[in-house]
Amino acid sequence: MRAERTPAPSPGAPAARRVVVCAGTGCVAGGAYDVFQAFAAQIRAAGLSVVTEFRPEPNGHDVRLNPSGCQGFCQMGPLVTLLPEGVLYTRVKVADVAEIVSRTLLKGEWVERLLYVDPATRRRCRGPEQIPFYQRQQRYVLRECGLLDPGSIQEYVHHGGYAAARKAFRELTPEQICQEIVRSGLRGRGGGGFPTGRKWEAARTQASPKKYVICNADEGDPGAFMNRSVMEGNPHSVLEGLMIAARAIGADETLIYVRAEYPLAVQRMRQAVADAEAAGFLGSNVFDSGLALRCEVMEGAGAFVCGEETAMIASIEGQRGMPRPKPPFPAQSGLWGRPTVINNVETLVHVVRVIREGAENFRKLGTPASPGTKTFALTGHVVNTGLVEVPFGATLREVVFDIGGGVTDRRGKVSRDGFKAVQIGGPSGGCLTREHLDLPLDYDSLRSAGAMVGSGGLVVMNQHTCMVSIARFFMDFTQRESCGKCVLCREGTRQMLAMLDDIMEGRANGETLALLEKLARAVQKGSLCGLGKTAPNPVLSTLRYFRAEYDAHVFHQHCPTGQCKALAKPAIDPVKCKGCTACARKCPVGAIRGEKKQPHQIDPAKCIKCGVCAEVCKFEAVVGV
Amino acid sequence: MTHTPKPDCAGRRLTKIRDILDRHGRRASRLVPILQAVQEEYRYLPREVLTEVAAALEVSPARVFGVATFYSHFAIEPKGKHLVKLCDGTACHVKDSIPILEAIRRRLGLKAGQRTTSDRLFTVETVACLGACGLAPVVVVDDQVHGQMTPESAVQLIEDVLAREVAP
Repeated sequence: MRAERTPAPSPGAPAARRVVVCAGTGCVAGGAYDVFQAFAAQIRAAGLSVVTEFRPEPNGHDVRLNPSGCQGFCQMGPLVTLLPEGVLYTRVKVADVAEIVSRTLLKGEWVERLLYVDPATRRRCRGPEQIPFYQRQQRYVLRECGLLDPGSIQEYVHHGGYAAARKAFRELTPEQICQEIVRSGLRGRGGGGFPTGRKWEAARTQASPKKYVICNADEGDPGAFMNRSVMEGNPHSVLEGLMIAARAIGADETLIYVRAEYPLAVQRMRQAVADAEAAGFLGSNVFDSGLALRCEVMEGAGAFVCGEETAMIASIEGQRGMPRPKPPFPAQSGLWGRPTVINNVETLVHVVRVIREGAENFRKLGTPASPGTKTFALTGHVVNTGLVEVPFGATLREVVFDIGGGVTDRRGKVSRDGFKAVQIGGPSGGCLTREHLDLPLDYDSLRSAGAMVGSGGLVVMNQHTCMVSIARFFMDFTQRESCGKCVLCREGTRQMLAMLDDIMEGRANGETLALLEKLARAVQKGSLCGLGKTAPNPVLSTLRYFRAEYDAHVFHQHCPTGQCKALAKPAIDPVKCKGCTACARKCPVGAIRGEKKQPHQIDPAKCIKCGVCAEVCKFEAVVGV
Repeated sequence: MTHTPKPDCAGRRLTKIRDILDRHGRRASRLVPILQAVQEEYRYLPREVLTEVAAALEVSPARVFGVATFYSHFAIEPKGKHLVKLCDGTACHVKDSIPILEAIRRRLGLKAGQRTTSDRLFTVETVACLGACGLAPVVVVDDQVHGQMTPESAVQLIEDVLAREVAP
């Protein structure tokens, strides 16, 4: 059988020289492909031979050059790693490549200016083990993302890949697999945190000749990109987890439903499936077990609600992506009325680890009720944005300050007291504040704080962020994405949005706030699926923790952060104003008057509150914008 | 129907649609991938084509229109030659994506509610999240991702496209 020909791992292979160029979406946008080509040309020009395919036993004279998936440090991209030294260069441009080749590759010296500088200590860091962003993470799901060539099945196999799937098909029974997953305590990483083992067990025990497994890769939460990175960086690990799930419940057809906004992930998953078929891992006789397994990659068409299990099934069946009531649960009656298991990308990657290393090893990290690690997409006003993987139970403080490097101000500089809140869990989640900085991040403590793990988007917000406007942002999103089936979700979210607009534009009163809260509770109760049930969360959680900010908008017609333009009352502080005339010259409506070197004034009747004056003022004399 | 395509044009179109339908076994369950393929061909979903797809799959045109209008990726209006997508995901939003959108729309002279310029050179859309949050705020011009944008640099991207249009 062809699969048997794939080389077995040989740990004793010599440490070969290798250049890894990150080719995640972020680095590609920064020109990583051009950097890659430049390396190929420069290494050849230096008289070395460039090997771009994986070879199990490399020749000492070769330099392996490979693209990798997202390494998570997107903001510093394009990233280039040189092995075996393990040096990481950041913001590499085509013009830097010749110097890297001549100095690091040929002479073993570092190119100092391309090393990452830790903003806290001003120290240059040689590689990931010195960079706080990586140092404090525990990477399991992301471990291989920054190293392996995502396009090479041989390399994945060489690193122990598909051993767990082979074991599942040849050595374990479906009951044993389900039991192992139950013992591991693995909970779904897509948001709800439902125990994966129980879900599988429910589908396994169904007597049906046909069953399906679907990989939910419709990562729709704005501000989350963990699944994208894993699919781009290590697509075979996702496929392997999917194969194990299929074996566990007795399915012979699987499907990966990828969000259409992720073209690179779609391409890499399709390639992975084709390579696995060619290697005999998929097809009519998987690992010589006599069992058949097929896999199809389907692209979504842009509907957030399709992340909901039953809506996703409708979409795959060629219908409008609308959810239906549960029960029956998909595990009983799902795709085409057959038992169906739907698992998130990250869940499936954890499955591989549980089968490979055992449930006990998996439980060593995390908390008893939320074992294992979780990836978070750390973004917003934070020094280091990117992908972070920590064990459940890590605190928000560790993630935002130790790994994230702290909060930034409007100009992107580190701000000591800048932290205001973190929005976690996207449109279904809520806000956490300063008082939650030491709260352990796990399913249950987040839920008790009115937030949720969700898919893992962590957006840090500084003091200049208006929380009412954040609530409005999410409400605008959910009311657009509501599929329209349930009246309370369809009309309720729209009315809540209108009320938030009233608050932000000075038309609200005390009754608005009461009504907003009442309607929020009603939408939670009166909606069928997760989208509607959780849509009011951002509003409720900001009302809970930032009531004073809402009150300021409603009762004093004042936005404390100055973000709500309609409430702005721009004025010039006569003490700070030097009369430089910059604002008067830039004002598009001629609303600013004043003599040169004398304090200026804004005419409120003419002012359109565009804020240009505040932007151009060098003395911060414009207030109330 | 408001416009009748020329016969040879219609003939070519039919062959293309027939190819797409055959590739998917003419099964109504494949409606979403079929419409994706049609849109790839035409860059939007022309009304006549949707009717033809419905007839070929033996489902009602309402079912096909229902699906075509449900998903945000399907456009039933023609799009401009260049597609400008502004990410308004949470990370981009908190890093001031809206002033960038306003600057682009102002440069292209788009009125409220208008997404495509009257010369059909540009279509400007917002998307919920491109998953490139580390680069926020992000603008995508014709599938090319540009990160850490400002209103000025985003307008410059438009100018660059315009310059290429004038002198190809």
